[in-house]
Amino acid sequence: MENTGVILKGPYSSLELKNPILTASGTFGYGLEFAPYGDLRSLGGIVVKGLSLKPREGNPMPRIAESPCGMLNAVGLQNCGAEAFLRDILPALPTDSLPVIANIYAASKEEFAELAGMLSEEKGIAGLEVNISCPNVREGGLLFGQDPHLAAAVTTAVRARAGRKPLIVKLTPNVTDIAAVARACEDAGADIISCINTLSGMSVDIATRRPRLAAGFGGLSGPAVKPVALRCVRQVASAVSIPVIGIGGISSAGDVLEFILVGAHAVQVGTASFSCPDAAFRIVEELPAVAEKYGVSDWDSFRSSLLPG
Amino acid sequence: MTPVINRLKILDIVPFGNGPKHEFFALRLTPPNWESSAPGQFVMLRPLPARSDALCPRPFSICKLTGGHLIVFFQVRGRITADMAVLEPGDEVQVTGPLGNSLPVHAGRPTLILAGGIGIAPFVEYVEKHPRPAALTVEFGHRYPLECYPFEGIAEKCAARSHEEKSEEDRAGFVALMEKRIRDFAQEGLILACGPTPFLRLIRDVSLSCGAEAHLCLETRMACGIGACLGCVIKAHLPADGDAPVRINPSGRAESPDEGRFVRTCACGPNFRADQVIF
Repeated sequence: MENTGVILKGPYSSLELKNPILTASGTFGYGLEFAPYGDLRSLGGIVVKGLSLKPREGNPMPRIAESPCGMLNAVGLQNCGAEAFLRDILPALPTDSLPVIANIYAASKEEFAELAGMLSEEKGIAGLEVNISCPNVREGGLLFGQDPHLAAAVTTAVRARAGRKPLIVKLTPNVTDIAAVARACEDAGADIISCINTLSGMSVDIATRRPRLAAGFGGLSGPAVKPVALRCVRQVASAVSIPVIGIGGISSAGDVLEFILVGAHAVQVGTASFSCPDAAFRIVEELPAVAEKYGVSDWDSFRSSLLPG
Repeated sequence: MTPVINRLKILDIVPFGNGPKHEFFALRLTPPNWESSAPGQFVMLRPLPARSDALCPRPFSICKLTGGHLIVFFQVRGRITADMAVLEPGDEVQVTGPLGNSLPVHAGRPTLILAGGIGIAPFVEYVEKHPRPAALTVEFGHRYPLECYPFEGIAEKCAARSHEEKSEEDRAGFVALMEKRIRDFAQEGLILACGPTPFLRLIRDVSLSCGAEAHLCLETRMACGIGACLGCVIKAHLPADGDAPVRINPSGRAESPDEGRFVRTCACGPNFRADQVIF
């Protein structure tokens, strides 16, 4: 497969990527941390660590714990704030040839709108990903993503201030009916749906009789969640007509094809970047040959080729 | 010293100690292709292919680096280290490094090294590369028998004493000794320490109380080791990432500057001035 490029066409704006591989928010820093390990410009794009209006300190330690084929985190959205990101970090990223997507988090829809307004002015920002699915913060976060009405309200508020920027809404799997939330976001003006954020989970130490995370609960990621992610992508892709970005345990080019086959237009590589810092770069390199091996000639026909079980 | 990802082969793996069940090993690897590194830096390492369902690499001090090999010294503590203990010559590991900042070296200043247990590892390289080993004094406290640790090479190069802790009295004796030694070096000396957190906390407190310049080599749980996961933060009095090898500072400001702020051990450390660290 020579050209792996993809256009994610939303009702308001489109996201054009040279390949369908993005890096997931929270697993790729602000991008520059990974510059020693590969050419950032080879990636389809990066989604930076979740930004809030004001800097956030995050949760107390310990914040991470490994589990079988996965890890739990409760970082709590520690970040430098949108202003410092725009001033100190964005200018250092090769935004001419690398789509940089800002993941945003806020505790209210008014704050979400303000953040969107601030970021949509920036030429170097290729799109916004609205985080209504973080399990590790007390206010807002997951709550917005668990109720279709609240999810729609946040999407509407961000849409009004997002201008021409593609608007991605990132969904949580911690719901009964993810398709209903996806439909609500689509109706409220989302261009693209990304899923899944982490699964709420817990790890406990019987020797100390304490949770392994200071916050008690955390978000599970890694290959352990991939089957859940595939199911969610399938359900969402069947329920909406806007593009879907698949996230959850992707660590190989084969995994990318699995997500595209069940309905994704693009994917985000997450925890795999912790296992090896060049994971996303390597997947980009391997994708054309692996696609070739499975007889994939173009993404659209491959995406519609899933057979019944 | 841009870090690189290497796939290195195991040359040999040497168990340390005489017990029936080995817990301590020196893993000798083919040399990495990075340009240079400095004592106190670390690597992220995991077996390839994975031997278990553990995902992330683990941080290890650079214990010894020559043109011919890289040695990582480790104690079996969890899944990855258990996987590492059964590696054989010819097997491969993923090694990302060199990471983090280094320990200060001053040829002209008397330097006191305080090591606790597995915290001895970075000082093997430190002593080896020091321009004037005669300036070094090592006090090493340990719970397992001395032959479990890479102490011999250190003792050959500089004034080094070991203190085995078998009882509460032993511990109290070592604590008293450390307090005295820190005060001895407070005037013009440099103090370096690596070991368990209570040990480092004591060294920090004593150093601060007598105005000694101490540097602590910290160990924290890490998922990535390169500044991205934010899993390894500590509270520190640091205005910004400053001299850290990674320029970007993702830390939010603390409510009050007196309470310090979360900084990444991997990117801002793992070596910190004692007065910066809040335990």
